[in-house]
Amino acid sequence: MALIELKNITVAYDQKHNILENFNLSVEEGEFVSLLGPSGCGKTTTLRLIAGFNEAKDGQFLFKGQDYTKVPVHKRAFGFVFQSHALFPHLSVYDNVAFGLKLRKTDAKQIRTKVMDILEAVNLKGFENRYPSQLSGGQRQRVAIARSLVIQPDLLLFDEPLSSLDANLRVQMRMEIRRIQQELKVTTVYVSHDQEECFSISDKVAIMNKGVIEQLDTPPLIYKKPKTEFVARFVGFENILPMTGSGEGAAPLKAKDGTPFVVEGAAGMKGTVKCAIRPDDIRIAKDGEERGADNSTAGRIQVTTYLGRGYQYVVETAIGEFLVNSHGEAPFGHGETVRLDFPPDKLVPVD
Amino acid sequence: MKEKHTLLGWITFLVFLFLLGPLVIIIGASFGPDNYLTFPPNGFSLKWYENVFHVEMFWTSFKISMLVALLGIVLSFLLGIPAAYALSRYQFKGKGFFTSFFISPIIIPGIVFGYGLLKYLVITYHIPIFPGVLIGHVVIMIPYVIRVISSSLMNFDYSVEEAAMSLGASRLKTFFVVVLPNIRSGIIAGILLAFLESFNNVDVSVFMTGPGVSTLPISMLNYVEYYFDPTIAAISVLFMLMTAVLIAAIERTLGLRFFTK
Ligand SMILES: Nc1ncnc2c1ncn2[C@@H]1O[C@H](COP(=O)(O)OP(=O)(O)OP(=O)(O)O)[C@@H](O)[C@H]1O
Ligand SMILES: [Mg+2]
Repeated sequence: MALIELKNITVAYDQKHNILENFNLSVEEGEFVSLLGPSGCGKTTTLRLIAGFNEAKDGQFLFKGQDYTKVPVHKRAFGFVFQSHALFPHLSVYDNVAFGLKLRKTDAKQIRTKVMDILEAVNLKGFENRYPSQLSGGQRQRVAIARSLVIQPDLLLFDEPLSSLDANLRVQMRMEIRRIQQELKVTTVYVSHDQEECFSISDKVAIMNKGVIEQLDTPPLIYKKPKTEFVARFVGFENILPMTGSGEGAAPLKAKDGTPFVVEGAAGMKGTVKCAIRPDDIRIAKDGEERGADNSTAGRIQVTTYLGRGYQYVVETAIGEFLVNSHGEAPFGHGETVRLDFPPDKLVPVD
Repeated sequence: MKEKHTLLGWITFLVFLFLLGPLVIIIGASFGPDNYLTFPPNGFSLKWYENVFHVEMFWTSFKISMLVALLGIVLSFLLGIPAAYALSRYQFKGKGFFTSFFISPIIIPGIVFGYGLLKYLVITYHIPIFPGVLIGHVVIMIPYVIRVISSSLMNFDYSVEEAAMSLGASRLKTFFVVVLPNIRSGIIAGILLAFLESFNNVDVSVFMTGPGVSTLPISMLNYVEYYFDPTIAAISVLFMLMTAVLIAAIERTLGLRFFTK
């Protein structure tokens, strides 16, 4: 049974339009799930709904199978780590971390042990008497994490916790978060719009678009096999190739000029089929060299740009425009005719 | 080289002269030995200061002023803090109206306001004198309380409140353990400002006070109707001293910038 389950949730800030509609998500105990998506797609809204800051207009939120939809924030033992850290400015690091324990009427000695242990876990020993204004961004972030962890939350929620830190610290902190999470085995929902961050630390990533989860899968699956056009574009499949499927034969898909295409996992597909492919995966070569009948087309270079590790071309072909990366030394010039090959295992059919 | 603004210099001088001149005269006169106000004084004496403490009317009205100010502070904070909190925390219909409504006692001339209170509270509803004075003072203190508290809430990050709730604090508890401690300086400054506003008030008090119940400034007014000795100057100097001390305290908690905002 899933630890948390969002069932057909609808959330709206005003009467007019719903930010989430018929939203579903379930997270297993101990799992680290990230919500990833463009700005304004409803990540924070989802997280705040789980925390209890937002109310669902419709639908149900289950925690361990119990209906938690109407349980107030302070009765859910969920830790929340804010982007702004939200430390209590008038309390020392020690009292910030001890805050939740004091509310739980833990005895003073036990509070002391727990606070010191958790401060050690986040490498903040010796900082107990500092005030938040006397800490660096990374230290504040660790206090915020320690403060949520020390109450042994049933669930840990992060809303872009690292976005205010510089790049080096972000990488260091995300590993720290993952390490602590795995050590304590606390179920975590993490929001970010940094792809690398989500992919690197999550068990599963949910790609969101306009209030809907388009795909929830392990990071490698999302990276290699996006299910929808949106997800494909989001994770860097910049080329979408529309084709028609006949549902039979060895090369059942045909591009609009009739070129047959062999695509892995497309057996039996009928009607319009869109296939996504990364710019890195299309092979580019001088035209005129021998090419097979399948998965290949001729084109003309429109634009060449230098990427550092290679060149990127915009190539105009009979079946559409493609973005292609190559590592080759000599770039093809503007207007030159080239040949593009699409490896069958790199083309991914998407909705 | 600095530019010289002769005209500006003169204007500044005149402003200071008009502002400080009367104060200098009062301070000087308060130390005069004669039985009437003179400036410059013909000697030096502290007897009028002594006399201040012998005029019974001053002593009783001082106690009433204190009581009105202190009770007024309690009441205006009980009303003002939740109002300021609601106005800065939430978006709701009629927010602009409520904001202006709570600030209006500052804009309406005190005389008009005092007369209105007299007409309704005393003449129509026969409210006894003391509660009448108190109500009047609470109403004129509230705008200050709301302004000071609102401005310190402006710097308050409400996600801190949510953090407290996620750690297990109820809404009410959060307000007391997280919100209040963080607007402490605003509360202190609000108390001082409200105290000054009440303690120095003449225009509302003049309508609301009556037989047996008078605030200190009203007693001073009554005193000068019958006596011309420097006692009134002496008590004015004491009054100024108290105000100066409180203003200095506000300056330390909020900064004088607050008054010019
Ligand atoms: N308090 C609010 N009142 C009205 N609309 C809101 C409110 N908060 C968010 N929205 C709207 O809801 C939508 C989703 O917002 P949300 O904050 O969940 O996005 P997000 O995915 O977290 O974006 P970001 O990556 O920029 O943080 C946005 O269109 C936003 O304008
Ligand atoms: Mg957000």
